[in-house]
Amino acid sequence: MKDLETDYRHAKPGQSGPGAVDYLDLDTKDQTFLDTTELVLNMGPQHPSTHGVLRVILKLDGEKVLGTECVIGYLHRGVEKIAENRTYAMFNPYVDRMDYVAAVSNGLGYCEAVEKLQNVEAPPRAQYIRVILTELCRIASHQVWLGTHALDIGALTPLFYCFRDREEILKIFEKYCGARLTTHAFRIGGCIYETYDGFEQDCLKFCDAFLPKLDEYEELLTTNRIWVRRTKGVGILNPEDCIALGVTGPVLRAAGVKWDLRKAQPYECYKNFDFEIPTGVNGDTYDRYLVRIEEMRQSVRIIRQAVEGLPQGPIMAKIPKVLKPPVGEVYHSIEAPKGELGYFIVSDGSLQPYRVRVRPPSFVNLQALDKMVRGLLVADVVAVIGTLDIVLGEVDR
Amino acid sequence: MAKPEVATARPADPAKPAAPAPGEKPAATPAAAKPAATAAKPPAKPEGPKPEPWDSELVRSLRSQYGSGIREASTYVGQKYLVVDSSIVYEILLRMRNDQLFDYCVDITSVHYPKREAQFDIIYILYSFKHNERVRIKTQIKDGETLRSAVGIWETANWLEREVFDMFGISFDGHPDLKRILLPDGWKGYPLRKDYPILQQDQEWVQINLGIESGQ
Repeated sequence: MKDLETDYRHAKPGQSGPGAVDYLDLDTKDQTFLDTTELVLNMGPQHPSTHGVLRVILKLDGEKVLGTECVIGYLHRGVEKIAENRTYAMFNPYVDRMDYVAAVSNGLGYCEAVEKLQNVEAPPRAQYIRVILTELCRIASHQVWLGTHALDIGALTPLFYCFRDREEILKIFEKYCGARLTTHAFRIGGCIYETYDGFEQDCLKFCDAFLPKLDEYEELLTTNRIWVRRTKGVGILNPEDCIALGVTGPVLRAAGVKWDLRKAQPYECYKNFDFEIPTGVNGDTYDRYLVRIEEMRQSVRIIRQAVEGLPQGPIMAKIPKVLKPPVGEVYHSIEAPKGELGYFIVSDGSLQPYRVRVRPPSFVNLQALDKMVRGLLVADVVAVIGTLDIVLGEVDR
Repeated sequence: MAKPEVATARPADPAKPAAPAPGEKPAATPAAAKPAATAAKPPAKPEGPKPEPWDSELVRSLRSQYGSGIREASTYVGQKYLVVDSSIVYEILLRMRNDQLFDYCVDITSVHYPKREAQFDIIYILYSFKHNERVRIKTQIKDGETLRSAVGIWETANWLEREVFDMFGISFDGHPDLKRILLPDGWKGYPLRKDYPILQQDQEWVQINLGIESGQ
């Protein structure tokens, strides 16, 4: 792993040197060039760079953002209400529709939460398969983020590169469970599908092919002057604000907080694997980019270890056909590609959950948008929405 | 991987309890298994983990200060939770944040129990980065009662409380911007209450704003 701290590109905010943003100096003065009234500009909900149906009301002074207000809920489908009217197993496919670019992670979180409620544990082989697919999914999610984020900022090429390579992951998903996007790959108690012939080879082949491609992405962006100018020092969020706002995932790590649920409270078999938690220094858009790129490398490391150590054995724990978890309530969370994804499930001992609460990372992270864009320019709002990596299906549920 | 291996591995697992007596006639195992399965069923229902009392320095100090205000301190499948009186919940949260360093408010949510007198459970899920520990603070309030907003303690509570307000109609005093978040502003009804059927919609809102007869 590259040592981010000694990287010359990490100039301290406000410092001159490579990557320092000078136009900010103008904006920090509390005066305007013209005696302008506050301009209210509506952005979205149909806007290509809001990654879905997010509406942001911008209050502007010229090009400077004075404040924002997010209007969300356009994609609200009442997932939590649906859960109360379905059995535990029937609700499983619905969770894939929340964060639809990382459906596998959603399913993992839900299955684990119900397993905890039912007091069962998936067998080791199932856990390894789950880890492999979840890490593949993390890479796929980060690829969608990188492609669209770069596109928003004006770099068209990474989009094609990312989607081309993501295709290989989707092919593995398709071969494993028949679906590419909303996979419903896991079941409560383990996995329902055994790995197909050649699964391991496919995963390893992907890992081998992907690392050079990742270097290719970096070649396009990491030292690209336009990219650096558009991302460096933009949307800074310091660790204190991150924690106060409940921001998790790569955004928190880019601010320098070394916190990842896979290490802090290991679930599945993550404690068997050797991997690093990449962190940033400045907590700006550029650091978040570096952190996510490094996370993809770490995911490749985990996939390789998991494929090599894939044990034999059953893939499904002994669970009753009709699932009636004992009365109780459980909160379980996993490190989804976007941050902490939690499920709070209350069981009344019946067939259907009494209450399912989803703690979506995108929803909570989006709340930080206002703090991040204040004082920036309108064009930076697009960069900040991209760097937060939100999926509106998960924000609105 | 080779499929037949799994096929052999799979039955091997249920056979494990029977493994010490492989010499027995195979006919005996299904006969023995069936009554065992039916016999196991009745105790299976009440079975399941029970909440265990949670005793720690924190609980003792809270108990000594608030007495019966701390109604319950338990752990359930290893997860700690406190049930506290709604009048002191803000103080407890503040104390958890400042003294116990539960600096990250993971989630605020609610559960509706229409048959109870205090209809709503409000649940605060807290996490401490320093101790790598999670605690749930629960309180119960009646319909129409309000709670003091936790926005002053954790900024993240802003949207989380708005969502509770949106879905359950619970108000938080001192919240800077308490309005609906996921549903439109003029919507009537609180969808996650148990008396709100899954197909119910605010027809009036749908007709006026969407120009259609019904959203169904």
